[in-house]
Amino acid sequence: MKRVAIISYGMTKVDKHWDKSLRRLFGEAALMAMNKVNIPKIDAIIVSNMCASDLSDQNNIGTIVADELGLTPITAYRVEAACGSGGAALLTGFSLVSSGMFEVVMVGGVEKLTDNIGKMATFSLGKAADAEYELFYGATFASLNALLMNRYMHVYGTPREAFADFAVLMHRNGSKNPYAQLPFEINREIALNSEFIADPIRLYDCAPIGDGAAVVILCPLEVASKYSDSFVEIMGIAGASDTINLGSRDDLLSLRATITAANNAYKMARITPADVDIVEIHDTFTITAAISLEDLGFCERGKFDKLLNEGAFEPGGIVAVNPSGGLKSRGHPVGATGVYQAAEITMQLLEEAGKMQVPNSEIGLTHNMGGVGSNVYVSIMRRAR
Amino acid sequence: MSVPRYWREMPYRIRLEARKCKLCNYVNYPPRTKCYKCGASEFEKYYLPQRGILLSFSIIRNPPTGFEKTTPYVIGLVELEDGTKLLTQITDVDIDEIKIGMELEQTFRRISEDGDSGIIQYGIKFRPKYLKF
Ligand SMILES: [Zn+2]
Repeated sequence: MKRVAIISYGMTKVDKHWDKSLRRLFGEAALMAMNKVNIPKIDAIIVSNMCASDLSDQNNIGTIVADELGLTPITAYRVEAACGSGGAALLTGFSLVSSGMFEVVMVGGVEKLTDNIGKMATFSLGKAADAEYELFYGATFASLNALLMNRYMHVYGTPREAFADFAVLMHRNGSKNPYAQLPFEINREIALNSEFIADPIRLYDCAPIGDGAAVVILCPLEVASKYSDSFVEIMGIAGASDTINLGSRDDLLSLRATITAANNAYKMARITPADVDIVEIHDTFTITAAISLEDLGFCERGKFDKLLNEGAFEPGGIVAVNPSGGLKSRGHPVGATGVYQAAEITMQLLEEAGKMQVPNSEIGLTHNMGGVGSNVYVSIMRRAR
Repeated sequence: MSVPRYWREMPYRIRLEARKCKLCNYVNYPPRTKCYKCGASEFEKYYLPQRGILLSFSIIRNPPTGFEKTTPYVIGLVELEDGTKLLTQITDVDIDEIKIGMELEQTFRRISEDGDSGIIQYGIKFRPKYLKF
């Protein structure tokens, strides 16, 4: 297996991009990535997307974006794993480069959630859950996560305020991110008094709905310096799945797919959680942040509120969590989110993150999740020189 | 929802039929081709218990299409007497009185409707346990 580098990245601001189509949005992120480095060729594009078939009446997204970039006839296709699509695309791109099948692979994610109105976007996003045994009963995606949150507070006695405080931290981080959809600060009261989405989940526990595209370019580590002066190595990467239905899970307080993917990625990278300086985790809801930090090995079970209070998830703490603002503030263009995370970690490790920069970061981790932890991808990057 | 899609799940959604693994006794619900716990593919038909307790719940105030008439409603994860867990609606209860750990029993109900001329979908909901057995 060849070692794999990320030699460039690009992204658009996450926003309601009324004036840009799916393909134009992808083009913008791809152009940024291609202009940063001296790349004579792209051999393949792996694109991640969840909702275009529902919201933009479009399948065959690989062809759409290859055509937009004038790159036909290269190999180009889409990978779908709900909100975990971006992580799945990164794993696919990694495997294609690592195996020697292709040399330079563009991995990109794109999502246009605002191309449809009313309930359609919520309906499309809900399809990450089990249509016959969850959605059939009127469950929504937020309500399934609410089951986790209610159980978590019941078992650990965690105060409701802790979840609001995590949203406050995410907004503080995101206020420094020029690509964030909601780049403003909030306070605990705003979060606690926002409207109910699915009790106990309120608006400020949720990621917003927005459009965005992000791209990273991969090649074998051994040739990376040919194309770019600065790059990162993907030291470890893994995916895992869990039962589609929450009823089949042993408990609601941990998401097994995160544990499995993280353990395999740590093993491949030959590191432990203690070696990680920064993470971009999949905080679709504040409760998924709490559980994910525990499952990734950054927090003792049920101690999320205590560690959050102590500043453990800020620079200088145990690990700097979501310097981008995470899904909460940067936004969650679902199929693209995993690629945003990879681009953001690359940006941090290359010390190109401007006001968001977490100083002296050597090792970063991304955690991208589809469904309620039913499909998870973890990757670990290290600054390469 | 098309009629065949609704109809073929009826044994599992209305009679709560499950597949009990002949090798390890794990109850696979909803049914699978291979056992979740041991991977075996020999099962016997098994009916889920009718009572259980509430493990967690959420209240839905912005419903998906087809659920408008009963909003707000409660979604719950129920642990049945044999340990099998099932996600469905909790009904016949004041939203303020619903509690994790409360005892529940099954009841046959209308779940949703596909507009004015579509099919009406039925299934099992759970309600607070009234009768003592
Ligand atoms: Zn078995």
